[in-house]
Amino acid sequence: MNSNDLPTRPGRPKPWNDPRVRSVAFQILAALAVGWVGYSLFQNTIANMESRGISTGFDFLDSTAGFGIIMSLIEYDESMTYGRTFLVGLVNTLLVSGLGILLATVVGFIVGIARLSTNWLVARVALAYIEIFRNIPLLLQIFFWYFAVLGALPGPRQAVNVGDLAFMSNRGIMLPAPVFGPGSGWMGIALIAALVGVFFLARWARRRQAATGQIFPVLPIALVVIPGLPLIAYLATGMPVTWDIPEMGGFNFRGGIQAIPELGALLLALTLYTASFIAEIVRSGITSVSGGQTEAAAALGLPARRILRLVVIPQALRVIIPPLTSQYLNLTKNSSLAVAIGYPDLVNVFMGTTLNQTGRAVEIVAMTMAVYLFISLAISLLMNIYNRAVALKER
Amino acid sequence: MKKTLLTASLAVTGLLALGTQAQAATLDDVIDAGELRCGVSNGLPGFSQPDSDGNWTGIDVDTCRAVAAAVLGDSDAVQFIPLTAAERFTALQSGEIDVLSRNTTWTTTRDSSLGLNFTGTNYYDGQGFLVKTALGVESAYDLDGAAVCTQAGTTTELNLADFFRANDMDYEAVVFDTSEASAQGFDNNRCDILTSDTSQLAALRTQLSNPEGAEILPEIISKEPLGPVVRQGDDEWFNVVKWVLFGQINAEEYGVTSANVSDMLDSGDPNVQRILGTDGNMGEILGLDDDFMVAVLEQVGNYGEMFERNVGPDTPLGLQRGTNALWTDGGILYAPPFR
Repeated sequence: MNSNDLPTRPGRPKPWNDPRVRSVAFQILAALAVGWVGYSLFQNTIANMESRGISTGFDFLDSTAGFGIIMSLIEYDESMTYGRTFLVGLVNTLLVSGLGILLATVVGFIVGIARLSTNWLVARVALAYIEIFRNIPLLLQIFFWYFAVLGALPGPRQAVNVGDLAFMSNRGIMLPAPVFGPGSGWMGIALIAALVGVFFLARWARRRQAATGQIFPVLPIALVVIPGLPLIAYLATGMPVTWDIPEMGGFNFRGGIQAIPELGALLLALTLYTASFIAEIVRSGITSVSGGQTEAAAALGLPARRILRLVVIPQALRVIIPPLTSQYLNLTKNSSLAVAIGYPDLVNVFMGTTLNQTGRAVEIVAMTMAVYLFISLAISLLMNIYNRAVALKER
Repeated sequence: MKKTLLTASLAVTGLLALGTQAQAATLDDVIDAGELRCGVSNGLPGFSQPDSDGNWTGIDVDTCRAVAAAVLGDSDAVQFIPLTAAERFTALQSGEIDVLSRNTTWTTTRDSSLGLNFTGTNYYDGQGFLVKTALGVESAYDLDGAAVCTQAGTTTELNLADFFRANDMDYEAVVFDTSEASAQGFDNNRCDILTSDTSQLAALRTQLSNPEGAEILPEIISKEPLGPVVRQGDDEWFNVVKWVLFGQINAEEYGVTSANVSDMLDSGDPNVQRILGTDGNMGEILGLDDDFMVAVLEQVGNYGEMFERNVGPDTPLGLQRGTNALWTDGGILYAPPFR
């Protein structure tokens, strides 16, 4: 035998010993098992509900709801359907989450930068803010703002009066509402034209700066043009916008825009709570940029504010974005604490009242969970796209 | 790693499959457990409220105690499970409780599509409005534009909408999770009015910071028959819960009380004999002992005693019998005969 003449090429191993075959097989098995678990869960639920005489299905979405909702951005009254209450709750959840994310980001960035200030007082105030708001349970903060702060405002008849135009009471804040008469469409067109103009101006200025190094003052021009063009349109079309000013009548103010205190309390609590976390994330992001970067920028003669804006923050963002995404997701999910103070969000309206009136617990809970999952995944997706844009580009 | 995952998921699935079981006979389950699981409100004076020692009192609580006395011979063999309005039906449907006795209104939807059965009415109620006297409102028809505090998941929300819509008035519904939270909102002036069943309003009024400063308006805008609820599809248990309450109402009608029940055992009145089981086999055909009502009456008392003790004129709620008086006294309380 000349078996030791040639080095024998290792033959293909038996399929059950081939790591690739095994891993694929196990993955198929695992997927099948998960699918089977899901399927039997579903079947089991349906069978059990049937045997207990509980109706199932989504037909309830077309039935008349018959109950009132305190706040709705879309048209709603009692004669509309349960499906509509789902949308009303969803829009209210999106409103409070969207505003919360926006405000928490602004407050968080300001506090996070203040936390690193060389001014002792500013840094300590920021530190105190972070430690207080980060360490008190959110639900308590919501109760604090709702019952202790906004609830302590006077009743509507003794409302705090701001120039006979806006009023603040324990029923919320009443603001004058604009009434757009005929011809006010021109103002919208003017606004869009101004925005588009500023956008192209900024692009041109950036290119010019890259080519020639000359800086063009885009910001002051934008500040004049964006409110200016609609104002000219307003005057030119004969002032078509009138104001609906809230007036005291009966129990409460009538007319105008009303911001209910539940929204205010929830928004304040969510913003301040999440901002304290965002501040720490921003601080850690800025600290992660090495001191050499700042020194190098200073050596080039950049002023302190530009160092922060052009050198530090862009690099810090790479560290900030991923944990920031988690905070946005937390804020959105925490908005369901609305139920404690009666803000009509998705959980309160749909999983609260609608579920109780219809009794379709499984369907409604599943729909609500799917919505939160969808919102969270959408936020993640957007933040991941943004993250990719600011990530270090290795060339 | 993957193998572990696979084994685990198979095990979980196995457990789930075992979870599918035939409808159990609740009566046998309660007897086996030696304890009745009763869903009650999480704190409503006069109906179900725990005291500082954790003892539950109230008319809804007594309704459960009566069932426990009838089935197990001991009115203390009850585990009380406090539930919010929103949780109550799921708790019953899922078998977490055996009977729901939580000021629950009997409606068509609940009786049919939720898979529940109402066994009777232990309190005939109606929805009303509580207002601050300082507002000077005297009628519910003057409430146009008012902010109304109410509890989520109740018939109240629907009646409220119906009432204001029918009378072409505007309102603002501030909906809270629990009845205490809604009362707190009213107390803090978030709302002009608090709406609920009038018996609840009487109870919540006692908890306001200034009970004298609020009054219940005369208008009653709905029918709210409140009563115990069981799962649909278990007729034996349905009958037991139903006839314990009927037994208590019949006992009042024939003058049997907790004080005189031992003397009444010698009564010559055939109606009383059938209630107390000295004649006939009413207990046996319900699946209980023939003398089940003796234990109920000794330990809990008849319907009138239950009412007086918990919500009657001598309690903080101070409610009159009114509609809840026996049919022989001008009320609508009318139980089918023990026969």
